[in-house]
Amino acid sequence: MNNEVRKTPLYALHEELGGKMVPFAGYAMPIQYRAGIVQEHLHTREAVGMFDVSHMGQLVVRGSDAASALEKLLPIDVQGLAINQQCYAVMTSETGGILDDLIITRWAENEFFLVVNAATAAADIAHLQQHLRGCDIRVLGQQALLAVQGPMAGELIGELAPATRALTFMHGARVELFGEDCYVTRSGYTGEDGFEISVAASAVERVARNLLNDGRVQMIGLGARDTLRLEAGLCLYGNDMDRDTTPVEASLLWSIAKSRRADGAKAGGFLGADVVLGQIAEGVARKRVGFSVQGKIPVRAGADLIDEAGNVVGKVTSGGYGPTLGAAVGMAYVDRGYEKIGTSLQALVRGRSIPIVVAKTPFVPQRYYRG
Amino acid sequence: MSNVKYTESHEWFSVEGDEVTVGITDFAQSQLGDVVFVELPEEGAELAAGDEVAVIESVKAAGDISLPFAATVVAVNGALPDEPELVNSDPMGEGWFMRVRPQNPAELEALLSADAYAALVDGE
Repeated sequence: MNNEVRKTPLYALHEELGGKMVPFAGYAMPIQYRAGIVQEHLHTREAVGMFDVSHMGQLVVRGSDAASALEKLLPIDVQGLAINQQCYAVMTSETGGILDDLIITRWAENEFFLVVNAATAAADIAHLQQHLRGCDIRVLGQQALLAVQGPMAGELIGELAPATRALTFMHGARVELFGEDCYVTRSGYTGEDGFEISVAASAVERVARNLLNDGRVQMIGLGARDTLRLEAGLCLYGNDMDRDTTPVEASLLWSIAKSRRADGAKAGGFLGADVVLGQIAEGVARKRVGFSVQGKIPVRAGADLIDEAGNVVGKVTSGGYGPTLGAAVGMAYVDRGYEKIGTSLQALVRGRSIPIVVAKTPFVPQRYYRG
Repeated sequence: MSNVKYTESHEWFSVEGDEVTVGITDFAQSQLGDVVFVELPEEGAELAAGDEVAVIESVKAAGDISLPFAATVVAVNGALPDEPELVNSDPMGEGWFMRVRPQNPAELEALLSADAYAALVDGE
């Protein structure tokens, strides 16, 4: 393992903007800027927040049978993706655990673009190389990634590249922004309408500075990225799911294509399918749920959940204060029988019992642009 | 101000007569980030030296305040439950936590002076 802390091409800009840099997945990343997490979070919900997500892995998989080969690792309909269409996918292990979650985009008939988590990128590449023998797997090491998120993002990017106005959620296009070649997708991980912009590392600072010149745009750190995705009910890899949890336990059934389920046209055929399809049929012993807390006391990851009799029936995997809500929310794994919305439980915080209620996610309505 | 003392763990103690107002410093609030919840002791509580007397939750993390001397709580800041952000906006003023009466006021002499605290923060 390499312990050296890596820097993204925007490191100097982060420092200039007063970014508080912290180690994250091997990179020095801004947790927040001068305005602070709450203001940054609210700005993203009201205008446009820009995030440096260049630490994430960008890969290209190419090969004459790449689509069918990828279906061995991802329980989605890869072959059914249109060119420039993308899909959220979990990558399953032989035992049905989640090795990573990623976004896959079809660039061409036999070419796919994958964005994977920074902490798992090296393991993902090894896994792809092991299982996709006929494919060429290329790491886009000189490519940076910006996320531009918020209700004014569509208008902003549309002014700069009119072709993006036609993009609906989970579709991409190759466009020029400020004269630079970019691959822009209408996606993100905040629950808001927005875009992810893949651009050459050598050009990203110029694109970022130009975007920041627009009064609607503010740079946002990882702290607000976390509170935004939590309010949106989205899982964080390593917290809310990992190789010891299956997509069924993680309540990510929607990420398994109908065609890949037991009665589908291409049933199974992915790693761990026997486990995952068995769990869909028979249910699971524990499941991920959302919960809300009365008031502002954050109930954080690691807190035990107990029932009326004092039995431990769950554990929090993500939790904190939701600035849009003005209240504390979280996600937890609970034993079978406690997953119903409206179930009352107690969270143990510093020895005190805090009442919580199992709640529907997302906590804040998603505002994806669906046309 | 000469009647304010500090700890290495970034609490301030403002001495007025036989009562002491307790809070966290501007440096501490800037390190914590946005404060979203503060848990305070009950008025009248008897606290021993080293007791954890308040919990401060920011968006990022939880922190706590401990008292370096034994004291009785005579008042708590009733505004904080509804406006925890006062800790960020005015840590040395409106964002105070509690007023206590020390059992042995002489113990305060051992705490850091404003100059000593400033030197400490400069080093961090």
